[in-house]
This record gives sequence, C-alpha cells and structure tokens, in this order.
Amino acid sequence: MTQPIFRRVLRAGLVLGAFTLCFGVVAGARAQTELLNVSYDPTRELYRDLNAAFIAEWNAKNTKKLTTIRQSHGGSGAQARTVIDGLNADVVTLALAGDIDAIAQRSKKLPENWQTRLPNNSSPYTSTIVFLVRKGNPKALKDWGDLVKPGVQIITPNPKTSGGARWNYLAAWAYADKAFNKDEAKVRDYIGKLLANVPVLDTGARGATTTFTQRGIGDVLLAWENEAFLALHEFGADKFDIVVPSLSILAEPPVALVDANVDAKGTRAEAQAYLDFLYTPKAQAIIAKNYYRPRNVEAADPKDIANFPKLELVTIDQDFGGWAKAQPTHFGDGGSFDQLYKPAR
Amino acid sequence: MSDAALPQFRTDTAQKRDTRRIRGEGVVVQAVLIAVSLAFLALFLLLPLVSVFVEAGARGWTAYKAAVTEPDAVAAIHLTLLVAGIAVPFNVVVGIAAAWAIAKFEFRGKNLLISLIDLPFSVSPVISGLVFVLLFGAQGYFGAWLKANDVQIVFALPGLVLATVFVTFPFVARELIPHMQSLGSADEEAALTLGASGWRTFLTITLPNVKWSLFYGVLLCNARAMGEFGAVAVVSGKIRGLTNTMPLHVEILYNEYMSAAAFAVASLLAGLALVTLALKTLLEWRYSDSIAASRRH
Repeated sequence: MTQPIFRRVLRAGLVLGAFTLCFGVVAGARAQTELLNVSYDPTRELYRDLNAAFIAEWNAKNTKKLTTIRQSHGGSGAQARTVIDGLNADVVTLALAGDIDAIAQRSKKLPENWQTRLPNNSSPYTSTIVFLVRKGNPKALKDWGDLVKPGVQIITPNPKTSGGARWNYLAAWAYADKAFNKDEAKVRDYIGKLLANVPVLDTGARGATTTFTQRGIGDVLLAWENEAFLALHEFGADKFDIVVPSLSILAEPPVALVDANVDAKGTRAEAQAYLDFLYTPKAQAIIAKNYYRPRNVEAADPKDIANFPKLELVTIDQDFGGWAKAQPTHFGDGGSFDQLYKPAR
Repeated sequence: MSDAALPQFRTDTAQKRDTRRIRGEGVVVQAVLIAVSLAFLALFLLLPLVSVFVEAGARGWTAYKAAVTEPDAVAAIHLTLLVAGIAVPFNVVVGIAAAWAIAKFEFRGKNLLISLIDLPFSVSPVISGLVFVLLFGAQGYFGAWLKANDVQIVFALPGLVLATVFVTFPFVARELIPHMQSLGSADEEAALTLGASGWRTFLTITLPNVKWSLFYGVLLCNARAMGEFGAVAVVSGKIRGLTNTMPLHVEILYNEYMSAAAFAVASLLAGLALVTLALKTLLEWRYSDSIAASRRH
C-alpha cells in the first residue's frame, strides 16, 4: 500500500525537478542585450526612472535593441568589492570616487584616470549631507555642534562599507575644522564624541534610513539630501523634519564605464551612450525630480530646484586633498575612524 | 501511548501506583509546562507568522497579486525554485551515498567524514558564501582560469547553487545516518545471499526501509534551500531579476519602502514552509503505522 505511494511521490519529484531544470536553462539561454549598472544604496528610485527613459530613447534610435538595464544596489564600498571580485558590471555608479579608484587599482578593469573621461568629475549629479530628525525636532538639533550633546542618538552607516557614511564623517570633520580653527586635537575630540553617540552602524545608507524611520531608533539621521527627501515623501512630512546644517560637504557620486567588462560583453556602445545620457537635459530633469542636485539647473523643473536649500559646501578636493588622500587618512586600516570609533560595550 | 510503552512484566497494581505517582506529582508541573510552551509558541512562532500574512494582505488582494506577479518577483521565485530544484536532488544522492557508507561499512576516517558532514551546520552562512568568492571570485584562486575560459560561477546561478548545496548538505545525511545505523545490514545480507544484485538490494530493501527518514530529510533540505539568506547574499551580486532569490527580494522590497510587497513575497515563502509542515503532519498521521514499523524494524 505505502510503497506505490512512495514511488509515485519520488517519480513526481523527479519529473518536477527535470521540468524546473529545463525551464531554467531555456530562460537563461534567451539572448538579450542588457546592461548591468552596479550602484550604491539610495539610487534605486533614481535609476528606475532614468533606465526607463534611456531604454526608450536608445530603442527609438538604434536597431540593436536594449531590453533591460539590470540594477544591483548596496553599500558603495561593498558594491565596489563585488565588482573587484568579478561581478560583471557594465557601468558603476557609486557614492564616491574612492570606491571606483579601488576597482581601477585592484581589478585593472578600467584605467586609473577614469574620472577625467566624463564632464564634472564624472559626476552627473551631486548631493549633500543633511539631518533628518523626528517631527518638531524634539532634541533641538540645529547644527553639527548639537550632535555631540549627551543623550543624542545619531544614526549613520559604517564608513568602512558605506559611501554616504564617509561623506557624513567628512562633513562633520569639515564643520569641526572650521569651528575649532583647524585645532586638530579639538576636531578629533569632537569626532570621538560624535561617534560615541552612534548606537548602531548599518552597512549602507538605506539600511540606516530604515533603522531610523521604520525601526524608530535614534534622534537624528545623517543622510544624503536625496535620501532625506525620499523618506519625507514615503512616510509623510508629518513624521520627520529636514534640518539643514550651517555647513556641509559637496558630495559628488561619480559614474564610470568598466572597460574590461563592456569589451568582453560587446556592450561598449550602449554603456557609453547610457552614461552620456545622464548629462542630457531630459536626464537632468529626472535627476532633480528624484531629489539629486542636477549639474544643469536650467534643464530641471524650477519647482524641483526650489527644494534644494543654499548652504556653504566644502569640497573633497579643496578641503581634504581628494579621495586619494582622504580615504587612507580617515577610512583606511588604522585611519582616523579606526582611532576614534570605540564601539559601545 | 506512554502507558503502553511501560514494561509488561510488572503487576497491574505496581503499574497503577507508578502512573499515579507520575501523574500526581505532575499536575502542576504539567500545567505550567504546557502553558509555558503554548505561550512561547504563540508569541515567538504563531504571532510573527500571522503578522506576515496580515501585513501581506494590508493593501488588499490587487496589491498582493501585483507584488507577486511583478517581473522581478517572478524571476526571484523562478530562481529560488531552480536553485532548490538542483541543490535538493544533488544533496539527496550524495546524502544517501554518505549515509550508506557511514552506516554499512567500517573504514578509516569514518569519524572524520561524520564531522565533515556536520561542518556546514557549525559554519556561519556568511563564511560559507565567502569561501566561494575566495575560490571562484575574480581575485580568487581559480579566478584567472575561470575568466580565461569564460565561466562565471560567483554572482551567477552556479554560485547560488554551490552555496545552497553547501549550506543544506547535512539535512539528508543527518536524517539517514542514525536510521540506517539502527537498521543494521541484516536485511541486505539476506537479500544478497538470496542472489539479489547490489543495486536491486538497494532499491528493494534499503531505500524502502529508510524512506520516511529520507522524506523528512528532503523536506528539511528543501525548506532551508528556499529560505537560505546569508550564504546566498554573499554570492548573489544582487542583480535584480537575475540573481536575486526570494529571501533577497524580500529584503530589497522592504528597503525600498514597499512593505506590503515585501510581506507578500515573504508570505509565499511562509506558505511554502506551511505546506511542508502540513505535508509532514499528513504523512505522519496517514502512515503512522508504517512509520512506526520502519522505525522499529
């Protein structure tokens, strides 16, 4: 009685398994021209819009059609690591130049002068770092100086894996540098106190945003401007407020073609056109709509531009000597972050 | 059940006294134990499970359907089924072979083999994923060779399958080994003496004897293969619609503020777990005699 049932189950299982296998193989074998954009955490919504616009534009002009642009998102540093380890990205659109430098140096898949190949330091959009606080700003956090008050909980991701967190860290450093007249001991003391107020370091900006908004941890989120606006948009302006500090940093998230990968896949023309597209008025308008600061302000809807407050912005090149210097000084093994961050016991 | 299991040679009165003593002392303890287990189950297992389904349905049926039929979600479901469809049969074959070797033969290094089978249980899944990146990644030991021959392992299907096979390997073997060991090899020896071939002995004697353990092993192996997150996350590369399995897709949706969609896909995974559980219970109930017989055998 039981034996036939058992056999039947076994046979059904085998047939099912064989079907799944065949199906998967067929699905994998279908030829498609597609690009893979390996990006950082908060750009999910931005590239969803940009990709749709680019595919429509490309397919209207070319006979070799583009079916999809695949996206992969994560902490900027972690994403760079996967590209170095062999993820076949056609283009990388990361949070900071230092991460693409790492890909160029370690995998040699793109030349080290990659950042000079496109206009504006290869950054078609910029952003900055602002504070997202709970509605009404109950802890009265108005500027960087308020963050080190005892009892303030700051949410920021881990600068080792997150690009946004590195911009956060350097913005705070730049503020302290100015506030304490370049007295390095005082600056370090300030950063140490700031880090002591951080209860948890997520690996990426989106994880940190989720911790702050959905899990309700912390008094202030140090966030990408675009990420802060998106959170307001998603959860309603009645839950959070954006606080613009007196000074912040001009964040330039760069984009680059991964030469070795596009040549192996035969997608150089598409990938190059994709990156060039980001600088067109059409893309610049989409960029502003997604709360990133466009390079070409005239192309964007003035309503979107009105979202961006004017504030004093320092730059990585003038104030920190570029990523080539800032990366090892602050975030390398034994850098200032390692010296000043003492995890809560 | 426990009464029937008491040794038969005792007198009736002795048996009653024993039972009374056990029960008498036990009333309070029993009530407390049952209450504690029920409360624990309700709080830590039932409540989260119910909340998954409640959240999934929060935006209505249309939203639910849209979430699970969206192309990236469908791709994730296909990929999860495909990975499990390869990993589980593979682990069944190798698991039976390993269990057979351990239960029926004596050889040098047998204990080492047993420990190795348990290895995936004791290693963190993240490490399980990372070893494959170290081996097959572009900077890994075989990276240059794989690239020269245009073979992609990590950040593609083969990597996902490898990581899943590694993590789920012990389930089948672990279920089979104790059962096969307790059965001994008398039945097989009898069959062989009667002239059956080795293969026939395996198909008609060994396999039917252990079918229930095998079945449990497959169920557990499958559940873990579909639900695995850590190891798969490391080797996936997280390309949407291509290398994202269901658990990874759930995380992505959640991080994109699409909670209802995230829980909709999560409810499919939870549904698979419930089906597994129901199947197991049904079989146990329907064939309890045969299971008991094969266990006692």
